[in-house]
Amino acid sequence: MSKETQALPTDEQIDVSRRRALQHTGLAIAFLWLGGSGIASASINARRQPGDAQAAAADGNPPFAPNAFIRIDTDGSIRLVMPAVEMGQAIYTGMSMMIAEELGVGLDQIKVEASPPSDQLYGIPALGGQITGGSTSTRATWPVLREAGAVARTMLVSAAATQWHVDPSTCTVDRGAVHHQASGRSASYGSLAEAAGKLPLPDKVQLKDPKDFKLIGKPLRRVDSADKVKGATQFGIDVRLPGMKIAAVKACPTLNGKFASVDDKPARAIAGVVDVIHTEDTVAVIGDHFWAAKRGLEALDVQWDLGQNAKLTTQQLRDALADSAQNGKSIVAKEVGKRPEGGTTVSSTYQLPMLAHATMEPLNTTVFVTSDKCEIWVGTQVPMRVVDVASKITGLSADKIVVHNQYLGGGFGRRLETDSVEQAVAIAKQVSYPVKVIWTREEDIRHDRVRPMYHDLLTAVVDADGKPLWFGDRTSGGTVLGRWAPGAMGKDGLDSDAVECLVETPYDIPNTKIEWIRHDMPPGLVVGWWRGVGPTHNLFSFESFIDELAHKAGKDPLEYRRSLLQKNPRSLKVLNTAAEKIGWGGQPLPARVGRGIALGEPFGSRVCAIVEAEVTPQGEVALRKAVVALDCGIAINISSIEAQVQGGLLFGLSAALFSEITLKNGAIEQSNFHDYRNLRMNQTPIVEVHRIENDEPPGGLGEVGTAIAAPALANAIFAATGVRLYKLPVDRTLLVQNGDAMQHVVSSGTGKGRDVA
Amino acid sequence: MLSLSVNGQSHQVDVPPDMPLLWVLRDVIGLTGTKFGCGIAQCGACTVHLDGQPVRSCVLPVGSIGSKAVTTIEAVGNTPNGAKVQQAWLDVDVVQCGYCQSGQIMSATALLDRTANPSDADIDAAMSGNICRCATYVRIRAAIKQAATGKLDILQTIVTAPEGVAS
Repeated sequence: MSKETQALPTDEQIDVSRRRALQHTGLAIAFLWLGGSGIASASINARRQPGDAQAAAADGNPPFAPNAFIRIDTDGSIRLVMPAVEMGQAIYTGMSMMIAEELGVGLDQIKVEASPPSDQLYGIPALGGQITGGSTSTRATWPVLREAGAVARTMLVSAAATQWHVDPSTCTVDRGAVHHQASGRSASYGSLAEAAGKLPLPDKVQLKDPKDFKLIGKPLRRVDSADKVKGATQFGIDVRLPGMKIAAVKACPTLNGKFASVDDKPARAIAGVVDVIHTEDTVAVIGDHFWAAKRGLEALDVQWDLGQNAKLTTQQLRDALADSAQNGKSIVAKEVGKRPEGGTTVSSTYQLPMLAHATMEPLNTTVFVTSDKCEIWVGTQVPMRVVDVASKITGLSADKIVVHNQYLGGGFGRRLETDSVEQAVAIAKQVSYPVKVIWTREEDIRHDRVRPMYHDLLTAVVDADGKPLWFGDRTSGGTVLGRWAPGAMGKDGLDSDAVECLVETPYDIPNTKIEWIRHDMPPGLVVGWWRGVGPTHNLFSFESFIDELAHKAGKDPLEYRRSLLQKNPRSLKVLNTAAEKIGWGGQPLPARVGRGIALGEPFGSRVCAIVEAEVTPQGEVALRKAVVALDCGIAINISSIEAQVQGGLLFGLSAALFSEITLKNGAIEQSNFHDYRNLRMNQTPIVEVHRIENDEPPGGLGEVGTAIAAPALANAIFAATGVRLYKLPVDRTLLVQNGDAMQHVVSSGTGKGRDVA
Repeated sequence: MLSLSVNGQSHQVDVPPDMPLLWVLRDVIGLTGTKFGCGIAQCGACTVHLDGQPVRSCVLPVGSIGSKAVTTIEAVGNTPNGAKVQQAWLDVDVVQCGYCQSGQIMSATALLDRTANPSDADIDAAMSGNICRCATYVRIRAAIKQAATGKLDILQTIVTAPEGVAS
């Protein structure tokens, strides 16, 4: 360890740096519901916790388990237990890299495991529980997981040094072995596991100097890739158990409606159907295989009690929400200075739709309930919440609930909910065999917990140069936080997520007033977290509005933003980088081709996206290119950073181009990928990602691209057509060049002839 | 009782002839690499090969298959192009959640079987039936080109740090 020249950090020093990292990265905004108490009480620790011995015993009882994350077996196996869940964001790889860097092993030498439910052992600092969300996993675990690796490495070195009667400081580690070069001795971690397991935990450990990092900052292949390209990864939906049956379900299509009655004979007449049962609001047909169950379900004529939403429409919701935004009593999230009396006023209204998550893996849960145990196999972002709901429904105590977390075929916030688990447990407790409940795609979309709709009133008072002297926003929508974590709401009732990226903007705007008007949706229309959460909403309105202000000031949108960023060098740098990489202001663009800028500071990162789009005379939008500049501080895996930003941006562009959930008669009208469209290969542009290198604490990544996508697109469409989009998704009818255009074949001409969206 | 040839093995399955191949593979034979995404041939997650042709198994009645050979993600690596595509997927590190990737790889392999060196337009035509909600499309395109040409044109991921460097 001769290269490790950094001063020995004490526990206290590490805690201090952790606190500083949290403050720096703005975690205290959307997802921090423990208030201002600093370190969350239920959170990961680099050293063994009460309860860890039991967890390790249940996990193969390895001889060396110095904390909740590292298990080294006598045969040399090195197993890492992941506090966060893998849903595509490459967190298994990032967390493995943080541990492996300090432990002194390669990623080819480790195996990863999902963690069992435990807030105490696997709670994410900042979230106060075992929750994967809010782009917090890297930011919040960065100091702890490195320290966890260092604790293990220190003990393994001590064990070797004791056996060899040498000073531990003369030993080195390398690829899972301790070496003593002077005497030419080496010992594998496996051979040291028994001895290391008997040592006391070290009070102080030495973290590597970042300049000596061998894994962190490199483009490493994901630890889950090899199985995923072979179809060998087990997702929740792939679970198979002896004696297991499979259920297809249909909940009352009208939101909050209930089950009334059904004649189950038509289903039972179908070969392979085993049972027909119901819960309060759902009918389940259980079969030997999913096809029998689905056919059985389709054969039924279920009677529903439609309830109070029977006539509900999207327009009713929109009108009520608009009224709240205009006239509702607001909570002031931030007020600085006063609105000037004079000056020019600019006002705009922006509206965002409800959205479904549409994870590629439809929701599913496998449950086996016996008299004294409830076992659950599911891919979930909230394992402890799964335990809680299963305990309530079965009446079994929490220690009788066993959750086997699985790989998630996409999360995007949908698997922060437990509704599908509750339904499956309620079904499984009525039968004597294990049952896998699979939602059809139709069920998955019609019973999504949707991203809420929003209605935003933005106003600026600008000076003679067109720069904002005062900015005001009245935003209204349903509150996700208020339902999902009511304890995290502000004392005044403020939903901090609803105003994220408004209370802090990159720009130098001297006076501001940010207000939120709570507007609850009708019972049954449950709103949920959707990738990018508050920032995805507010950055669309705000960055579209900044673009409007630039246009009204007669300024280039790049120059206008630059003029407001003179006190913010980090964001100015991402703006300038993106502009330079796309060649802003260079060769003139063809007719009806435009570039749009969006800049933001979501999730502790700084990001600028510039989208180049072409709008056909018929109003179709073709994405030609996107350039993203990113400052996410210290990079863990530069390959997965690029992938997350590319994918995240396209996820946001997909929603902006195509997606809206609407209601008719209280039921979601969309049902599958034909009417809830998504971006496809032929519509995908080139996406460049340029990362600013620095040693700031790590920022969030999984949602950053998504949050910045829609405003960049809308601003590009404005640049191409002069049409400002005040509403998502993109309304092509507003973009038709003239009546004649519709006489021609739609999508006849684009630059590349392939990317008409 | 139907006889099915899957990945070179013969299976006798007692299922109704209108049952889609997808559910026979997953729930009867126990090959779960082929995924359910939509059930209406809109997303491509269920893509398998039937005598080398890509088909959506979620809408393919098992009774219509006859003696045609079914190949799934579990065995496509035994074909030259399947192996190339899987290796390119690793080199470019395409996957995110990975749920759609079985279908993506089956579609990409079938494309290379037909067109050894596909253009962007060929890739669009062959791959636009496969949805990826993680939107890994940029890397899918790069991986297909790499599988076809052997030329590396995107950030390549390293399997692990070179030997001896983690200290």
